[in-house]
Amino acid sequence: MRVTVKLFARLRDLAGTGELIREVAAPATVQTVWNSLTAEMPSLVKYEGTMSVAVNAEYARMAAAVHDGDEVAFLPPVSGG
Amino acid sequence: MALAAVTRDPLDLQALMRDIAEGGAGDGAVAAFTGLVRDHNQGRKVRFLEYEAYEPLALRALGRIIDEARETWPGVRVGMHHRIGRLEIGEASIIIVAASAHRAHAFATCRYAIERVKQIVPIWKREHFEGGEVWLEGATADPDDEKTKLAAYRIACA
Repeated sequence: MRVTVKLFARLRDLAGTGELIREVAAPATVQTVWNSLTAEMPSLVKYEGTMSVAVNAEYARMAAAVHDGDEVAFLPPVSGG
Repeated sequence: MALAAVTRDPLDLQALMRDIAEGGAGDGAVAAFTGLVRDHNQGRKVRFLEYEAYEPLALRALGRIIDEARETWPGVRVGMHHRIGRLEIGEASIIIVAASAHRAHAFATCRYAIERVKQIVPIWKREHFEGGEVWLEGATADPDDEKTKLAAYRIACA
């Protein structure tokens, strides 16, 4: 199945893109998507402990299920205001 | 005017105050907070900031903060607008307006809201300073973490 991955701020810079499409095998979780991403982009790995994740623009956990067509976002620590 | 907004346009505090204060014959106070881009940070001379957002989630997070404030201080009315894109020194990055029967609730809501923005709203600033640029990173966003929520409440009511 196919998911859209969104990356922001430093994660976007490290990946060189803010959006990409990933193919992952079902059943998948946010963790599955992250693992497939970091396998290709090891510089992202160190963010796993401090980032937040979202599925379809709602905050989620790494163990959350991901379905075909979902948008999965990886968010570094925030700095708004 | 929407209560929660993420926009590339300059923020209009007067318009938001008008909207929030409207129809509030029972109000005793309207408090406002404006966050500004300042010219220095951690010993660096700041040239300008660039804000980036995950817009749909940022809007929801702002809405969530408004709901939390209403639950905490019943009757309070609150609006919050965050600007993104390139902001120059002295420009407003965020405006928060709260109206209530009581000044304590209006002040507390403004303080609570800005603390929560820094905890859970997916917006990032890239600081362009003399000699380089850097992504600023603050809190790991976790809206369900009661400890950080309580910390914001304590600051608001200190």
